[in-house]
Amino acid sequence: MGQIVSSFTGIFSKLWGIDREIRILILGLDGAGKTTILYRLQMGEVVKTKPTIGFNVETLKYKNLTLNIWDLGGQTSIRPYWRCYYANTAAVIFVVDSTDKDRIETAAKELHLMLREEELLDSALLVFANKQDQPGAMTAAEVSQALSLTDLKDRSWSIVASSAIKGEGLSEGLDWLMDVIKEEQL
Amino acid sequence: MSTHSYKKHDDAEGGAPDKMTVFQDCLLGFNALPVSAKKCRGLLAKLLRLLYSGETFPASEATTLFFSISKLFQHKDSSLRQLVYLAIKELSLISDDVLMVTSSIMKDVQSNELVVKPNAIRTLARVLDGSTVNAAERLMKNAVVDKNPIVASAALLSSYHLLPVARDVVKRWTNETQEAVTAQKLLPSDQFALHEYYGSSNLPSATYSYQYHALGLLYLLRNHDRMSLMKMIQQLSGNNSPLKSPMAIVQLIRFVAKIAVEDPSATQALFPLLAAYLRHKSDMVELEAAKAIVALNVTPEQFLQAINTLQVLLSAPRTVTRFAAVRVLNRISMKNPEKIVVCNAELEGLVNDPNRSISTYAITTLLKTGSSDNVDRLIKTIAKFMGDISDEFKIVVVDSIRTLALKFPEKHGAMLRFLNELLRDDGGFAFKNSIVEALFDMIRFVPASRDGALEHLCEFIEDCEFTELSVRILHLLGEEGPKTNSPTLYIRHIYNRVVLENSIIRSSAVIALSKFALLGDAAIKKNIQILLTRCLNDVDDEVRDRAAWSLKLIASDLPEAQSFVSPLNYSLPVLEQQLALYVAGDKATFATPFDIHAIPVMSEAELNAIEFREKTDAEPVTEKVEEQSDLLKTSLLQQKYSQELSEIPEIAAYGSLLHSSKVVALTEKETEFVVTTVKHVFANHLLLQYDVENTLTDIELHDVTVIAQPDSDAYAEEFSMPIDVLRAESKGTIYVSYTRPTEVGTDLLAAFGNTLSFITKEVDPDTQAADPEDDGFQDEYQIEDLEVGPGDFIVPAYMANFTSIMDALPHQQSAVFNLGDGASALLDTVAKLVTSLSMLPLENSEVVDGNSHVLKLFGKTIWGGKVGVSIRLAHNAAKGTLAKVEVRAEEENVAEMVVEGIN
Repeated sequence: MGQIVSSFTGIFSKLWGIDREIRILILGLDGAGKTTILYRLQMGEVVKTKPTIGFNVETLKYKNLTLNIWDLGGQTSIRPYWRCYYANTAAVIFVVDSTDKDRIETAAKELHLMLREEELLDSALLVFANKQDQPGAMTAAEVSQALSLTDLKDRSWSIVASSAIKGEGLSEGLDWLMDVIKEEQL
Repeated sequence: MSTHSYKKHDDAEGGAPDKMTVFQDCLLGFNALPVSAKKCRGLLAKLLRLLYSGETFPASEATTLFFSISKLFQHKDSSLRQLVYLAIKELSLISDDVLMVTSSIMKDVQSNELVVKPNAIRTLARVLDGSTVNAAERLMKNAVVDKNPIVASAALLSSYHLLPVARDVVKRWTNETQEAVTAQKLLPSDQFALHEYYGSSNLPSATYSYQYHALGLLYLLRNHDRMSLMKMIQQLSGNNSPLKSPMAIVQLIRFVAKIAVEDPSATQALFPLLAAYLRHKSDMVELEAAKAIVALNVTPEQFLQAINTLQVLLSAPRTVTRFAAVRVLNRISMKNPEKIVVCNAELEGLVNDPNRSISTYAITTLLKTGSSDNVDRLIKTIAKFMGDISDEFKIVVVDSIRTLALKFPEKHGAMLRFLNELLRDDGGFAFKNSIVEALFDMIRFVPASRDGALEHLCEFIEDCEFTELSVRILHLLGEEGPKTNSPTLYIRHIYNRVVLENSIIRSSAVIALSKFALLGDAAIKKNIQILLTRCLNDVDDEVRDRAAWSLKLIASDLPEAQSFVSPLNYSLPVLEQQLALYVAGDKATFATPFDIHAIPVMSEAELNAIEFREKTDAEPVTEKVEEQSDLLKTSLLQQKYSQELSEIPEIAAYGSLLHSSKVVALTEKETEFVVTTVKHVFANHLLLQYDVENTLTDIELHDVTVIAQPDSDAYAEEFSMPIDVLRAESKGTIYVSYTRPTEVGTDLLAAFGNTLSFITKEVDPDTQAADPEDDGFQDEYQIEDLEVGPGDFIVPAYMANFTSIMDALPHQQSAVFNLGDGASALLDTVAKLVTSLSMLPLENSEVVDGNSHVLKLFGKTIWGGKVGVSIRLAHNAAKGTLAKVEVRAEEENVAEMVVEGIN
């Protein structure tokens, strides 16, 4: 009996997307602004950050959804460990430093390497072309080009120009992501 | 019943969980979404139980576990987080890649969540490595000065663990650590206020244990820098000391004591610091201070202060305090029993302490401190108490009695009675053996007790269940019995054994009997022959063989028979060394048989001297190993010298080596050229052996020789053997030989002014050789003078009855001197006299008590005569040390020489 009740509530919560934690990874090269984005989203303010050794994980409510956001460090030494946290991931937020033209190729390589992983086949992808507040930043289109996002097949993806410092573009990106997740995965 | 069923339950459900099941369950539970905090806590607890009980995982599995645990950081539950930290701390030892949780932990360290903060800090120290430790610097500094003492302690202890990882980084928070030592932090009153049992009212408001932690860390950070260490100690000690934690103070005392031990010259400056802690509200501190002081070289008054503190602690209500105090006193009693006599009343009170360890310590201490006045009473007290203690303790007591018996020979009556009563008690072999050993020693070293002790032993073997002991006692009866006034008494006892005992005892009884026949008394000889003839019919062949052999020997009247009674005592260490050499040689050495005459024979007196030294030196075991009988070492060394010297033809011609001195240092140990010397005395010559070490790395020496100028015409230089080349960082030996006066007398005494003379050449660092073109230049190096004193012609010897021997020696000389030495204590003077005269202190007279003392020394000259010295010393700070010397010797002029030498 109890089992039936609980499976009912399970269906309801699935319908409304309540009580279900959605796991999101924030990835990207070091210094792209991943940690800043995480805490901007969680606390709504800019915190002073240091290079992340390992990861930060925060839970936040966004439009009736519980998001479990993992911000993994982007240093070369830490990138190999990203894959330990891929399982059950609904979406990946990939953050790119739009001013760092020298390393955009490295970013592209890491992105495609990651997307090939089996555990991430069903995950949505949101790319933030970050640091738009800085002079000389590439536009979202340029970043998209450099990352060859158009090559991606069988995946929902989007790229949004953002500035974590000013708080621009973050909610737009996240709104898109929520819509996609509700549509595809709930 | 309840415990039984509880145990059963324990086995069924509480047995160690299966490792693989736990591993799988953990992976499933930790990776699940959403995380169930309660379930994961249970899983972590199981995992920890495995790890704590010694289970381990291969690195790959541990790493998998680690990553799955790291996912639990998404859950905020603080109880779960605590367990996560414990698990990571354990896994950090076996898992790879633990640095992945660094940022997450650092976040918790910054948080105000008091429950997990200390755990987070402790775990952080485990995951940091050389590359990530810098990122944590700020955090650690803040945590060290955190106003919450629990957080501060966690940070300080973690810094300890970080030291081997990144000493330089930890050094950067020296100032913060310093601040933590002196800070006064209170436990947060609200942290546990809600706890159902420990309301805040039941907790102390402060423990100050962080001060202990901080002090330990500070010491590690500073221990290479003595100046700053001293500054720290000055700042933390004294009346206004900020230290509140007794543990911190104990630690501070240890640091002070360590400095004082390493640098004896600082002892007097540091003493007031230590003495201030002799009166403290914590008995732990008082104990530590007293312990530190008694281990230092302090004046008798200062020593007494520490003893007084210990004396008070002996009546402390806490068992552990009494135990610690009596233990320290016991240790002192091993070396300086006279210093703790003041505590005797308290110690006697402890004899009946309900704690057996305390009472045993008290008794053995009392026995060590026993003076001739209270020995009788002491033994009575102990006798009452002996029935209550186990064999093990009894042995300790018997050993102390034995030492006491050797120390107070005149008290042998009471001791014998006591030992005899013990001998009648029930007891195991080890216990009985210790009593028999004690009696043996009394027979050897306290001649007056011989007859009584032998009698007790005879009674004992009448009803002895240990074959081994019977055999040893029979052997002793055979050795000592014939020397007594009524040897026939023992013959009866021994023959009883032949009739009543097993074959092993019978055969040793036969040998013991036969020794009585060689006394020279015809009647006894005849009787023994009759007894032995009966033994020829024994059922055991060993007994028959021995009887037949003995009869033959007795009938032969050979001179060898006597050596059977008193065999030659070869110096065993030398014999062993020589035999080893002989066996190690090639075929040629076997062509000649081993020459037993080359082994020095030790007289009974010498042998006794060695053993007496060993038996009365009740030093702690560790030191004993090191000392390992000076006399034996000396004789081995002498053997080595004479071998080395006999290889030099010029010296071989001098005949046999009569005496070699101890090594005398002629320079400081840290100088460029380190010179030590040994004086060898031959029948007509004195040979000085200078060992020179060149410690320089870039200079080599040529034609190294010592110019030794005697201040007396009695010595004439015969030859000198220089070192041709002494390379950088190497050693060499120079011999200088003199003819010495052959007559005994003051002529023998001399002082040699020494100068090292050589040609220096620089060494090329590449080729490690001197330039052959370089002529070098002549240089000289002043080294200290060398005295030749009476001690160079005397070897230490033992004599049981000093006073009567002294009276028997014909040549006497006495004098009164002022030895100066205003500052140094009497103890040093005595030690100096003992070494310089190279004689054996008798009747415990090397132990100094108070400001006046009588030192009794005995030895033999190299010409074979006995020498006895009695020196009455009186110490007075203003006038120095006055010495009244009386020397008696067998040979003419020896006494004069010794007196002259002391002056």
